[in-house]
Amino acid sequence: MAAESNAAPARSAAPRTGFVTTMTSVVPRIRMPRRLRNLELGLLVFAFAIVVAAEVLVQLGANGRIDGSLAFFGIALGVLVFGVHVALRVTAPDADPFILPIATLLNGIGIAMIYRIDIHYGRSGWDAASVRQIVWAAFAIICALAVLVFVRNHRALQRYTYLSGLISVVLVFIPLLPVIGTANESAKVWIQLGPLNFQPGEIAKITLAIFFAGYLVQRRDSLAAVGTRILGVTFPRVRDLGPIAVLWVLTLLVILFERDLGTGLLYFGLFVAMIYVATGRTSWALLGIVALVGGAWAVDGLSSAIPKLGYVHGRFENWLHPFANAQFGSSGGSYQLVQGLFGLAHGGLVGTGLGQGQPYITPVADSDYIFASLGEELGLIGVFALLALYMIFVARAFRIGFASEDDFGKLLAIGLGFVVALQTFVVIGGITRVIPVTGLTAPFLAAGGSSLVANWIIVALLLRLSDTVRNQPRAVSS
Amino acid sequence: MNRELRRLSLVVLLMFIALFVASSTIQVGFADQLNADSRNTRAVNDAYNVQRGSIIVGGKPIVQSTPTSDRFKWQRTYSEGPLYSAVTGYLAVNGSATGIEGAMNQQLSGTSNADFFTRVKNVITGKHPQGNSVELTIDPVAQRAAYEALGNKQGAVVVEEPSTGKILALVSTPSFDPNQLAVHDNATYLANYNRLKDAEGDPLVNKAITDLNPPGSTFKPVVSSAAFETGKFTPNSELPNPSGLQLPGSSLVIHNDTGAACQGDNGGNVSILNAQVWSCNIPFAQLGAKLGSSTIKSQAEAFGFNHEFSIPMPVSVSKYPGYDDQAELMQSAFGQQSDLATALQICMDSAGIANDGVVMQPNLVQSVITPDLDRQQEFQKQEFGRATSAQTAQTVTQMMVKGVDQGTGTNAKISGVSVAGKTGTAQNGDNQPYTLWFTGFAPADDPKFAVAVVVEDGGGLGQSGSGNSVAAPIARQVLEAVLNK
Repeated sequence: MAAESNAAPARSAAPRTGFVTTMTSVVPRIRMPRRLRNLELGLLVFAFAIVVAAEVLVQLGANGRIDGSLAFFGIALGVLVFGVHVALRVTAPDADPFILPIATLLNGIGIAMIYRIDIHYGRSGWDAASVRQIVWAAFAIICALAVLVFVRNHRALQRYTYLSGLISVVLVFIPLLPVIGTANESAKVWIQLGPLNFQPGEIAKITLAIFFAGYLVQRRDSLAAVGTRILGVTFPRVRDLGPIAVLWVLTLLVILFERDLGTGLLYFGLFVAMIYVATGRTSWALLGIVALVGGAWAVDGLSSAIPKLGYVHGRFENWLHPFANAQFGSSGGSYQLVQGLFGLAHGGLVGTGLGQGQPYITPVADSDYIFASLGEELGLIGVFALLALYMIFVARAFRIGFASEDDFGKLLAIGLGFVVALQTFVVIGGITRVIPVTGLTAPFLAAGGSSLVANWIIVALLLRLSDTVRNQPRAVSS
Repeated sequence: MNRELRRLSLVVLLMFIALFVASSTIQVGFADQLNADSRNTRAVNDAYNVQRGSIIVGGKPIVQSTPTSDRFKWQRTYSEGPLYSAVTGYLAVNGSATGIEGAMNQQLSGTSNADFFTRVKNVITGKHPQGNSVELTIDPVAQRAAYEALGNKQGAVVVEEPSTGKILALVSTPSFDPNQLAVHDNATYLANYNRLKDAEGDPLVNKAITDLNPPGSTFKPVVSSAAFETGKFTPNSELPNPSGLQLPGSSLVIHNDTGAACQGDNGGNVSILNAQVWSCNIPFAQLGAKLGSSTIKSQAEAFGFNHEFSIPMPVSVSKYPGYDDQAELMQSAFGQQSDLATALQICMDSAGIANDGVVMQPNLVQSVITPDLDRQQEFQKQEFGRATSAQTAQTVTQMMVKGVDQGTGTNAKISGVSVAGKTGTAQNGDNQPYTLWFTGFAPADDPKFAVAVVVEDGGGLGQSGSGNSVAAPIARQVLEAVLNK
């Protein structure tokens, strides 16, 4: 695809929207949207059956009997998810049929496991994390519905490129404000609004993806073509790179001041991946990775001098020597990591069965370590199934990226898909000792409202993008 | 951009592959190791929720799980607890498990890899999981004889079958009753545990496989073996025979036990044969100096020193560290200095000589029997290695027979049976009570039983007891019991 033909429509995307819509309504539909939606409905019913079975098994395993305490909530969630399905039939009939069932299944299995932990601690009502998670899920799905209804064309988002950038910065730094910011465990990433805790950084991954996509679409040509060569690497002009660099530095400050390694890593990874896809500069991607690894080592080294960074060094030590008694016994040590590993090993190949393991031994077994809890009770087989679900989810997002004819949609789909992939990798990689533990939560599974809301909005955006991709006029320029 | 996206997809694929590999490694590859970690409370909690298998000796269960109404569902009961406590160990309510209970926990609780299909079957059929029974190699006659012969002395007896490495008796005294530590009430458990921990004679410490003592003169057959293996010495090779010897580079003067020159003096010299029969330190010190540290060390290691055994409980590593200093080397040749050994190691020395020089891996587990009475695992004898040639073993045997016949081990004599043996009276420092040893095997011409007896704390006699007066009679009692069976 020639660069010229891309840049032009992107800049004038908004005015042409109406024209495109009119055109597609005239073109006879070659695809069979009903079939896509019927496939989705079938998969949704299947996902629901699995989730209901999981809940029943949890009750049988942990309580030895079945009760209907969650039935009302289950029905409510079911109605909402099918609401999304109906909304898709009306507003995005060509949307991808796999994304919604996968999100539903992951969300449901997560609730089952959170409920299982609640049973162990005897929590019920609003004390129960599962009840709160269900309410959050309802809210998240409503947000997704709203996005589907109000964002009829993803290119409208491109208009808000710089606004998104600004919102990202605000979201990232709100928790540092004195009154509403609260520190949870060691990381200062939460805000308190009345009774609700919210982690605004989760939403920022979406606004950042929008910002990067919009900005890179405008500047990718100058970023790729113009620049100064230093040591065989072409560096972009300051005015091209400026806004991105500023944002990047700001987000990296998160690591320092909010003590949140995972989120910093997530933003950084998103940035590197998107700039690589937009410009095709492998050298920048490599530079980015080198900067990350080097930065991590530097921070690790500095941590002895700057007490504030001590947590980073601790994370490294826990990662490298989790079984050393010094690590295992110390506060902020590897106790949680090792208990998670014990849990996974205890599950083995087939797992203990839902409700029959001891995942509650691991601290925060229902949020940060929910994956270890699921691994214990569902075994390696369950772990593979969950990983496969994530993989299909990301693959669907990338598929939208491949098929998309407009660069903004392409970059946005890739960015959203990659952020889910990276978050999954960082969380589960931390639990399985591929990388140091960082403190992100598994998308859709873990207890936590902000993460659910963010991920369901991603679902809505991907559904919207996939519908547009299938309806787009086939470009002849490429 | 699609080219870049393809590469990015590849990166994402690699990230997921890393997760697949890592989770497989943890959940399958290293699962056993993680489940066996002592800090892993899950495995122990599990142990309480299944009907744990029995531990069987001589066809009779000595440890069983019986149903209870409390939250642990099953109560572990140890019949004849004190008799077998050094073998069975105990399973405590806080999860700590020792002995076979600890080392065979996965089999007893049915959580080992070999039980995989049983577990799957249980999940499908909804059958309650049940552990496997573990049958031991212990011979109840030998065990009881050893326990009774030790009486109220502090020490241990190990009996092994030389040709297989099967452990027939493993006793440590003072003993304890595992039932007191298997109670489900945590406060009672803690009270009992603390009482036993502080009790006289450390009943919770296994004197047979955990405690290390200087082997003293029981090390002499190892040095004799090393000498004959070089081909430069025979039992008749002679060494100077003074009544006292000042060690080189040291003010220390060593003596024989008698304080005089060794018996069998032949014009100021004494043969290796007589030096061992009469357990004389000075000739062995000189022999050690001639052989050198590395020769003795490799001979000791061939018998099992410096090696970590599990039977399947972990055994303390017996030590012959090797010596650069000549004076230390000379003392190490009669089992002093930093030489240290478990009773099991000293039994293995004798068993190796009895088995024509081949040392067998010691083990306690005869078989693992599933709830369906399948034999999941069966004892298979396994060589640890050849320590000496058959000829050297024969020669050393003859010297040991003479030692019991007319030397320092006469109290182990059994009428009608030829017994090979070696005593030890090891020093633990000034004014410290001796460690008293006897090790040997019988019948000497067709060895069926190898034995090691260690009596700590001087057998209550301070520095006035000897291996022959205290340990040899115990060995005789045990050997008589098994030979008359």
